[in-house]
Amino acid sequence: MTTGTLVPTVSAGVMMAMVRLANVRKVYRRDTQEVPVLDGVTLEIGAGDYVALMGPSGSGKTTLLNLVGGIDQPTSGDVFVGETNIARLNGASLAKWRSRNIGYIFQLYNLIPVLTALQNVELPLLLVKMSGKERKERAKLALELVGLGDRLDHYPRQLSGGQEQRVGIARAMVSDPEVLLADEPTGDLDRKSAGEILQLLERLNSEFKKTIIMVTHDPHAAERAHRVLHLDKGELTN
Amino acid sequence: MNMLSLILVNLRRNWIRTVLTMGSVVVALFLFCTLGGVLDTLKAAADAGSRERLATRNAISLTQWLPGNYQQRIAAVPGVQRVAIQNWFGARDPVDPKGFFAQFAVDPNFWPMYSKDIEIVQWSDPQVAMSLPADQDSHMAAYFAERNACVIGEDLMKTKGWKLGQTIKLEGTIFPGTWDYVIRGVYRKRPGGTWQNTMMLFRFDYLSEKGMGGQNYAGVFKLDIADPSRSAAIAKQVDALFENSDAATLTESEQAFGAGFVSMYGNVPFALRVIGLAVVFTILLIAANTMVTAVRERTGEIGVMKTLGFSDQAVFAMVVAEAAVIVLGGGLIGALLARLAVNGANLGFLPPLVVEWSTVLTGIAIALLIGAVSGLIPAVQASKLKIVDALRRVE
Repeated sequence: MTTGTLVPTVSAGVMMAMVRLANVRKVYRRDTQEVPVLDGVTLEIGAGDYVALMGPSGSGKTTLLNLVGGIDQPTSGDVFVGETNIARLNGASLAKWRSRNIGYIFQLYNLIPVLTALQNVELPLLLVKMSGKERKERAKLALELVGLGDRLDHYPRQLSGGQEQRVGIARAMVSDPEVLLADEPTGDLDRKSAGEILQLLERLNSEFKKTIIMVTHDPHAAERAHRVLHLDKGELTN
Repeated sequence: MNMLSLILVNLRRNWIRTVLTMGSVVVALFLFCTLGGVLDTLKAAADAGSRERLATRNAISLTQWLPGNYQQRIAAVPGVQRVAIQNWFGARDPVDPKGFFAQFAVDPNFWPMYSKDIEIVQWSDPQVAMSLPADQDSHMAAYFAERNACVIGEDLMKTKGWKLGQTIKLEGTIFPGTWDYVIRGVYRKRPGGTWQNTMMLFRFDYLSEKGMGGQNYAGVFKLDIADPSRSAAIAKQVDALFENSDAATLTESEQAFGAGFVSMYGNVPFALRVIGLAVVFTILLIAANTMVTAVRERTGEIGVMKTLGFSDQAVFAMVVAEAAVIVLGGGLIGALLARLAVNGANLGFLPPLVVEWSTVLTGIAIALLIGAVSGLIPAVQASKLKIVDALRRVE
C-alpha cells in the first residue's frame, strides 16, 4: 500500500485519470444556515486505481463519494468521471449515466428484502436493453463470481451479513461499470467476513481493472488500497 | 424479472394491506355499477312507452280511480281509435311474499293495442270452440273463455317456476281477499316492444266483479291514436271533457306517463348519483392513503433504486402502476361482479335491473382514473426524493 498523493491539477501520470475533481465545494443549507462540507477539493484518481478515503465522522467522505457517484451535485466546481463532467448533467441524464458507469456498495448492503439474491442483482439490468434470459444469465454469473452461485433464490433475510454484502457487490458490478464506490463496505461485518469482502474488492481491482474508491474508518481495510486519501473538515489533508 | 414482476412483488410485500385495499375497491365498484344499473333501469322505465299512445289518469294522482264510463266518452273523441283499461292490482304471492311482480287487470281492448309489443308464445286450447273478434289473437281463446284466466310474462314464469294451466293464488292488498288465477297464456316482449316479460295480465271483468262489486273503475285508460302528431291536441280534448267533473283527467303520452311513474321515486336518481360519487371519492382517499404509506415505508429502497440508475420518471411510473394495479384489479372484479351477480335482478314493476356493459366500462375507467390519481401524490413524492435524503433514512 502507498499513501495517496493529492493531485492538485490534472497531471500526465502513468494511469489515465478516471476521476477528477476540480475545486469542488459542497454546502448544505440547514434552515438559514449554510454548512460547508467540502471546501475546494481537487483530486485525481487514475483508471484502475484503488483508493481508500479516510477521515473523522463529518469530514465529508461520504459526500465526496456521492459527488463522484453522481447521486449528489456539487455547489461549485467540476466532477469529471472519464470524459464526462457529471456536475453539468441534469437528473435524467445523470440517472442514465449512473446506471452505466457507477457501481455502488453500501455499508448496510441495502438489498431489496422482497427480492431474491438473483433478483436483487438483476435490478440494475432492468435499465439496460436485454432479454430476460440474458439478464438472468448475467446476474447469475455475477453471483457466481462473488461465490454465491448456490444462493440464487435466497432472500436477504436468509443470508449472513457477509453474504448480503457479496450480493451487494454482485449488484454493483453486474452492469460492468468502470468505477466502484464503496461506502464503508466492511463497517457492519465481523473481521472474517470483512476480510473476505476486502479480498473480493482487491480481486475486482486487480483482475477486472475496476477503479475503486472506498470510504472506511478501518485502517486494516485502508491498507488493502493502493493509496489512502485523508479528509478533514472538508479538505484533503495529504 | 421485469418491471411488471417488480411491481407485483412490491404489491405482495404487504399482501394483507393490498388485499384489503383491493377488497374495498371491489365493493365500491360493485356498488357504483349496481347503482349505475339502477339508474339505467329507471331511465329505461321512464323512456318506455310509445309516443303513439296516450295515457289518461286521474288528474289528482295515479292512486285515484276514474269512472269506467269515461272509456266510451274518450273513445268518441275524434282521432282516438281505441281505448283500453289498465288497472294496477298490487297483490302478493303468498308462496313467495318477497318475490314481488306487477299485475294489471286489462280489458279486451288491451290485447290488440299491444299486439306489436308482445306476442303470445304459449297458450292453452279452449275446452269449447269459440269465435273471437277479428282483432284478437286466436291463441287467446282459452283466456277469453275463463273469467279468472291470466297471461304471464315468460321471465316471470321461469322465476316462479309456474306451468301453463296451473292455478295460482294471490293475496290482494288494494282489493283484499284470495284471488285464484289459471294461467292460460305466456307472452314474450317483441323486439323494440315496451312491455317487460315480468308482468301478469288478467281480465278486468274478473277484478270488476270480485273486487269492485260489479262497478267499473279504471286506474289508467290507454288510448290508441290515429295521428301521433295530433297527440297534444287529442290529450287536450280528452281532458276538456272531464274538466268540471268530480274526477278530472290528465292525459299525456305513454312515454311521459312512464316518466311520471318513475318520478314517484322522488329524487332517488340524484341520491344514487351522489352516493356513487361519494363512494368513488372515498375509495380515492383510501387508495391514496395506502399508496402514500407504502411508498413512505420504502423511502430507503427508492433511494437505492435511484442510486442504481432508476430515473425519477421510472420511479414515478412504478408507483403509479402499483396504485393502478390495486385499483384497476379491484375495479375489474367489482364491475364484472355487478354485471354477473345483479344483472337481471327483479325490481318489481320496473324492468329487470340491467348493468349495461357501458356501465361496467365506465366503472373500469373510473377505477383506472382513481388508480392514477391515488398514485399521483406518492409518485410525485417518490420521484422528487433526493437520493442522499432517502439513503440517510436507511442509515
